[in-house]
Amino acid sequence: MAHGEVKHDYHLVNPSPWPLIGSVAVMTTALGAVNFMKGLFGMEKGTWWLLALGFAMIIWVMIGWWREVIKEGRIGDHTPVVSIGLRYGMILFIASEVMFFVGWFWSFFEFAIYHTARAGAHWDAANPLYADALSRFKHWPPAGVETFDPFHLPLINTLVLLLSGTTVTWAHHALQHNDRNGAKIGLVFTILLGMLFTSLQAFEYSHAQFTYDGTLYGSAFFMATGFHGAHVVIGTIFLIVCLVRLMMGGMTPTKHLGFEFAAWYWHFVDVVWLFLFAFVYVTPYLVLGGGEGH
Amino acid sequence: MPMDEVALDHHHDADHKPGFFVRWLFSTNHKDIGTLYLVFALIAGIVGYTLSGLIRWELMEPGIGPMLWIQTHFFGLEGAEAIQHAKHFYNMVITYHGLIMIFFLVMPALIGGFGNWFVPLMIGAPDMAFPRMNNISFWLTVAAFTLACISMTIPGGASGNGFAGGWVLYPPLSSTVGHPGPAMDLLILSLHTAGIASILGAINFIVTILNMRAPGMTMHKMPLFAWGILVTAVLLLLSLPVLAAALTMLLTDRNFGSQFFNPGGGGDPVMFQHLFWFFGHPEVYIMILPAFGIISHIVSTFSKKPIFGYLGMAYAMVSIGVIGFVVWAHHMYTVGMNVDLKAYFVAATMVIAVPTGIKIFSWIATMWGGSIEFKVPMLWAIGFIFLFTVGGVTGVVLANAGIDHTLHDTYYVVAHFHYVLSLGAVFGLFAGWYYWFEKMFGIKYNGMIGGLHFWLMFIGSNVLFFPQHFLGLQGMPRRYIDYADGFHTWHYWSSVGYLITLAATTVFFIGLVEAFVRRRKGVANPWGEGATTLEWTLPSPPPFHQYSELPHFTGKGGH
Repeated sequence: MAHGEVKHDYHLVNPSPWPLIGSVAVMTTALGAVNFMKGLFGMEKGTWWLLALGFAMIIWVMIGWWREVIKEGRIGDHTPVVSIGLRYGMILFIASEVMFFVGWFWSFFEFAIYHTARAGAHWDAANPLYADALSRFKHWPPAGVETFDPFHLPLINTLVLLLSGTTVTWAHHALQHNDRNGAKIGLVFTILLGMLFTSLQAFEYSHAQFTYDGTLYGSAFFMATGFHGAHVVIGTIFLIVCLVRLMMGGMTPTKHLGFEFAAWYWHFVDVVWLFLFAFVYVTPYLVLGGGEGH
Repeated sequence: MPMDEVALDHHHDADHKPGFFVRWLFSTNHKDIGTLYLVFALIAGIVGYTLSGLIRWELMEPGIGPMLWIQTHFFGLEGAEAIQHAKHFYNMVITYHGLIMIFFLVMPALIGGFGNWFVPLMIGAPDMAFPRMNNISFWLTVAAFTLACISMTIPGGASGNGFAGGWVLYPPLSSTVGHPGPAMDLLILSLHTAGIASILGAINFIVTILNMRAPGMTMHKMPLFAWGILVTAVLLLLSLPVLAAALTMLLTDRNFGSQFFNPGGGGDPVMFQHLFWFFGHPEVYIMILPAFGIISHIVSTFSKKPIFGYLGMAYAMVSIGVIGFVVWAHHMYTVGMNVDLKAYFVAATMVIAVPTGIKIFSWIATMWGGSIEFKVPMLWAIGFIFLFTVGGVTGVVLANAGIDHTLHDTYYVVAHFHYVLSLGAVFGLFAGWYYWFEKMFGIKYNGMIGGLHFWLMFIGSNVLFFPQHFLGLQGMPRRYIDYADGFHTWHYWSSVGYLITLAATTVFFIGLVEAFVRRRKGVANPWGEGATTLEWTLPSPPPFHQYSELPHFTGKGGH
């Protein structure tokens, strides 16, 4: 920072309009979402423009806000102590994301492990409304659900994602050794592998023998893998931003926090997939028989 | 883009404040954001407190009275329909009372307000770690509150607007069968928004405390308020995402046909309760831990002694936080859980009484042999210790699964959590307000008015909540608009207690206005030798940016 009297290395950020605009954007999105799902203030259910406006505003805020951050990084506001703080911040953000996934795993495990206990619960089984559904849930995956064979497409996807974990490390090492071309190639590979993962996942979804709505297995499966997929897309965009910054001459061998965070985030997404693969795809298939299988 | 110009090109020196709009709308200053949080909490608190007034008004006499009057006079309804709507309206009032008091009064005031103001000052930091993110935490809280208020006014269930299923949002009441209207969806998104705000705030506090302590201030010399906020922030960071997951499942169950909580599709409503209370139990410590910190400083200051057992106090908070994550199902003893599981949750819950006991006894030991001054903040702190102990003891009673089967969802539970929150967290809040008022605003309040506020509030809230123990033991259930005549006496006195707290609140605002009209100039340290933390080394109010040269902390610590 430029001012004379300040004798510390912390970053005193200048006033910024983005938080306030961001809050208005989130409020617009929330109202837009309810408007779309239920109809609000006399507008029809399915009205999409308010939701679209909210999303557009959020994207505008993200671009504007992070442009400010990149500029500040460039003019030297991110001193060593500030960089440590930013790293802590990213780690904590990822920690909160982990707990978000704990929610999905929790529900999946509850259904997978306690299905017999619940199917035998007399107070529910006594209710004719629930008796039929509960009898189908004596098994997990439930009777009539055909799950994916984990050792076909899901295994390929696992390898794709693990490979992308190595290419992002390649890019990182190249950048640290000031091999900018190597960094770009490594990043391009990572991004392509990320996109390949998303495409394969979309292909797999389109061939699912169960649906999100109406079936419990579908709800639990698509919610867990779907939120993971969304994080892959976010991670891919994060990496694309890093590639663009690299190509525009940004980032140096010693200062590339954005790249580091994208790589951390990518590894986090990778690890979540390993858990999904192990507990949502493989274990039920091997231990519980995987419904009728393929 | 012109906004970028505003934001980037004005480098300001230590005490140059930006213009009014930039200062308060685009703020990146921890003290200004703290003030914004306090003003917001005051407004949200008035809304939540008005809702509690409606509750006590309705329950003062048996029968369905004021709520019916509201339906007939304001909404033009008649007969059985008016009665149905009155019941829904009453339950909506208790639901939003709970949510607003928790998410928009206690949390913004204790964490957002005092946390923002005093964590950086106490640890010797010039600001928070992420000043701009700090501001979106605030504005998202405002957005969440606005969304919650809108959701009160749009269609909820069959008999009226808003969601009326209680703050815990259990399905099937919160599913489409219970509340088909958009009110519940908007409430879910409001809580998502409040959750994002709190997670970002939590990250900010943790990074600030870990990374920005003044040279010489080790973790084991850090003021206890900073410890309280640190543990609170970790709890927020790890528990809120689980609530977000549960709320998202609820939202998709309602709108996109998923079956998570629908037994008809094989789903399990009890799983929502597990996920909710995995957040909900840490949440109660989120509300009380900052108050623990504040009380420690006040007791030490006005006893003119360092806090007794500083390290024990710090690690008591840490262990309350850790154990707080593994006791959640004690809120759900009556769902039909296995008796072994109940035994575990009883035992784990009782263990929390140990670190809590350490805190209570250490506060008493701090006062022991001290030269105690009964200034206004000290009155609130001692009131806190007494009332929180009452709430804690009834908590140990309720921890027993056997007894809880009888007391679950009765007024005994209502009395218990209002003793720890309404009289615990809120007394801690007022204690902090009177302790730091002069520091924050640079003016003195009138001690007579502050004392009157305390005594009226102390008497009023005890008259309000103590009889609810009796009601609960007699079998009065929660969340009912009406009751058998036998409950009348204690309900009547409870409502009288509310009126006394209304007088107390009026006195509070008189004191606030009086202080700002008279503007008696404050001093850097009005409390004398007992006040040893760093914020008292700064002028009152502190400069716009403090510690341009970082303080070297040479004290022994142990506040």
